[in-house]
Amino acid sequence: MRWEIVVGIETHAQLLTRSKIFSGAPTSFGAAPNSQASDVDIALPGTLPVVNRAAVEHAVRFGLAVNGAIKRRSVFARKNYFYPDLPKGYQISQYELPIVQGGQLRIESKAIRITRAHLEEDAGKSLHDVFRGMSGIDLNRAGTPLLEIVSEPDLRGAQEAVAYARALHRLVVWIGICDGNMQEGSFRCDANVSVRRPGEKLGTRCELKNLNSFRFMEHAIDYEARRQIELLESGRRIEQETRLYDPERDETRSMRSKEEAHDYRYFPDPDLLPLVVDEKTIEDIRRTLPELPDAKLVRYVQKGVPAHAAERLVVSRDIAEFFERAVAAGASYEGVANLVVGELAGLVNAAETTFGQCSVAPEDVGMLQRRVADGTISSKTAKELLGKLFELRQQGSVDALIERLGLRQISDAGAIEKLVDEVLARNEKQVADYRAGKDKAFNSLVGQVMKATQGKANPAQVNELLRAKLAKPPS
Amino acid sequence: MLNSGLTELSAALALRKISSRELTQGFIERVVRLNGALNAFITVDEEGALAAARRADERLARGEGGPLTGIPLAYKDIYCTKGLRTTCGSRMLENFVSPYDAHVVERLNAEGAVLLGKCNMDQFAMGSSSESSYFGPVRNPWDTKRVPGGSSGGSAAAVAARMVPAATGTDTGGSTRQPAAFSGVCGLRPTYGLVSRYGLIAFASSLDQAGPMARSAADLAVLLSAMVGFDPRDSTSLDRPRQDYSQKLDVELKGLRIGLPREYFAEGIEPGVRKAVDAAVAWFAARGALCTGLELPLTRLAVPVYYVIAPAEASSNLARFDGVRYGHRAKEYSDLVDMYCRTRAEGFGDEVKRRILVGTYVLSHGYYDAYYLQAQKVRRLIARELSAAFQRCDLIIGPTAPTTAFPIGAKAEDPVQMYLGDIFTIPAPLAGLPALSIPCGFDERGLPVGLQMMGAHFSEGLLLGAAHRFQQATDWHTRVPTETPL
Repeated sequence: MRWEIVVGIETHAQLLTRSKIFSGAPTSFGAAPNSQASDVDIALPGTLPVVNRAAVEHAVRFGLAVNGAIKRRSVFARKNYFYPDLPKGYQISQYELPIVQGGQLRIESKAIRITRAHLEEDAGKSLHDVFRGMSGIDLNRAGTPLLEIVSEPDLRGAQEAVAYARALHRLVVWIGICDGNMQEGSFRCDANVSVRRPGEKLGTRCELKNLNSFRFMEHAIDYEARRQIELLESGRRIEQETRLYDPERDETRSMRSKEEAHDYRYFPDPDLLPLVVDEKTIEDIRRTLPELPDAKLVRYVQKGVPAHAAERLVVSRDIAEFFERAVAAGASYEGVANLVVGELAGLVNAAETTFGQCSVAPEDVGMLQRRVADGTISSKTAKELLGKLFELRQQGSVDALIERLGLRQISDAGAIEKLVDEVLARNEKQVADYRAGKDKAFNSLVGQVMKATQGKANPAQVNELLRAKLAKPPS
Repeated sequence: MLNSGLTELSAALALRKISSRELTQGFIERVVRLNGALNAFITVDEEGALAAARRADERLARGEGGPLTGIPLAYKDIYCTKGLRTTCGSRMLENFVSPYDAHVVERLNAEGAVLLGKCNMDQFAMGSSSESSYFGPVRNPWDTKRVPGGSSGGSAAAVAARMVPAATGTDTGGSTRQPAAFSGVCGLRPTYGLVSRYGLIAFASSLDQAGPMARSAADLAVLLSAMVGFDPRDSTSLDRPRQDYSQKLDVELKGLRIGLPREYFAEGIEPGVRKAVDAAVAWFAARGALCTGLELPLTRLAVPVYYVIAPAEASSNLARFDGVRYGHRAKEYSDLVDMYCRTRAEGFGDEVKRRILVGTYVLSHGYYDAYYLQAQKVRRLIARELSAAFQRCDLIIGPTAPTTAFPIGAKAEDPVQMYLGDIFTIPAPLAGLPALSIPCGFDERGLPVGLQMMGAHFSEGLLLGAAHRFQQATDWHTRVPTETPL
């Protein structure tokens, strides 16, 4: 009988704010150790936290984006435990009353429920390999604002889990609350994995940590599910525990069991008042929320973009915005979509840049597509021109470039007819073959006409003329 | 001059009858002479004080002084002072030097006050006798075999013994008012949120408030006016306009509604305390105040509620003292956990450990609802009961403590007995209300008795005014302690 793999994901998204969640110290990454830790961050006696408005607004933005309930009143709580990189001996988090409750995120055709999202502060870092026989503590990261986003156990298997994590990653970057940099730890996921027979109640779960990339997440969940299934099939039980993924050996290892779990003694932080978010703040944020990927996808498809291309256009806000600016230059959705997800995406990827920093102006892409549509150039020429524009870094010069390179399509029927006649005259054998029923000969004739115009002839016209002439009996 | 209160000294400085330097020098000499007997100061900053006095004199000479310019002050050693060690009465912070000033210290420095030194206190402000200090017990100037009260006992003793004209304290469960009562001085706890907590080493965040201690209500008013004010660094600080409490001292007593809770005059009050408080109440009645009996049945729950909530918050607030970044760290240890254990075992005294244990227990999984949550609910009920009482009266008056100062060591072995002595001072902090204590007489042993007045939120002006009127007609607050004659 088959097993069902059940996964829930907890994500820590570092919020894009200039200063920390409870102090005025900067949040930038990579500074000299302890150079960005203020009196509050190192928990000097007598210091007190004050919540950062920008962090709260980001949490609200997220809640609105997943259609969750924004709690008008939420409460910061202290999570108490001792560790050298936790300066106060407690982490300020939200426990019973988080700022966002409920919500959902779509992956393909499935809606994954979001349990909650709450604000909290990050801890510092312990450096175990810098000093001989000692550990170092870097508190630069201490107090960095995090949004912890918890999903329901709605994911079935590693692939869905990764799809969810990718969709979530895209969303938090899309709405501008997180830079999404996984190498720097700006977006970290833990996975709760259990297995069961379909229809049975949830099995005992293990929490997997250290999933630093989507690939590791997939491997870790796959490994963990196999481990649990093997245990159950050999008649043993799953112990609830926290397990660490080791990418070197591609396996998970026990970190601490349920018995070793801390009693965090959560209680409301008396240094902070309940967090009250008023209607106006919520409405102001709602107004500034960008159109979300799912909505864009639907709109693009309605406008005639093929679904697979539309998917690629909403991979990031950069691409979608580039696409829409190109369309706004007066071109069709479908035509621009072909250029953007086809030729241009290839160029951007090959150059290891992004659509946000692309050397071609979206308006020029729109213009290229307009020139295809009005017959000035062929779509093949458009692709070549795109390459030129990308390379030349010239903007706003589509028409000039067409003229300068002499790429204007020949649509003059007289001129084309003359060429066709010449080609037919030179290729008696192909003409005969065609008339004998060999269709391939036709393509060769088209090719020769195109070659004679350096590709500038309107291919549709060439086709039409050739067929007409070949249909007539030889004069 | 040393026997003058803050207000008189302020006038003398303004009129250039005396310089801040002379004044500061005079008080330093007295501190040096008396501190061996009283142990009221942990640190005396002679050099810093004289330099501050010199700056104050320059400012006074330019005519730019305020009422606190040039006045020597002492701070309870729980206020962080930049460059001057802040011990909180503990071994944990024996050599801790804060790199910043507490908000109150900033304010008073800006007024030109002279920081003379840091006063002894119960370790981490946990205690009612100032015996739990790592630096040894403070002694009461009225009887050096007795405690001065606590936890701001050093501040109270210093003011009583004329070592400084005024000092700062903090009040979590009565720590300005009870030592004021035991030492024969005045102490005020403001409405929660009126004075910023930034830079006060936290004991129980939802209860801690900084307050002034001085020889008269008028002096308290001067100091309080400088201490209050919004501070964006403290999320619980209230953003309301500052006021000068000295301007409002002449309150009308006729028609003032005074509530006398039955529970505050019940059994367990020493006769000497009862007699002095009754006389003070009679004085107010004679001036037209309307005294009415009140019932505050939840008073009996105040001590248990407080001794759940305060330790709970303390257990978390004191977690930062882990030996990692500052403060004491054990010399020898085998690993991280051993370092924590030894550091905290060595750095904290018994009372602090007791409260950390209690606080950890009441927050633990499975006990939280029964203790901490329940205590919070009862706290809310106590606050409601008091707020209902203040619909019927303007002030609640009673004894500050059921007894006068007890002998050193008398309650050391029985913490619960010590806790029960806080019964009258604990309700105000639980409800965030302001309250003060002023001297109102002496018991048969010649020990001072404190009169507590409690008011509605933001009634500091009324409290100080009523106390001031009483002090205009009585001289209890002017008596000099027998063991520290001038």
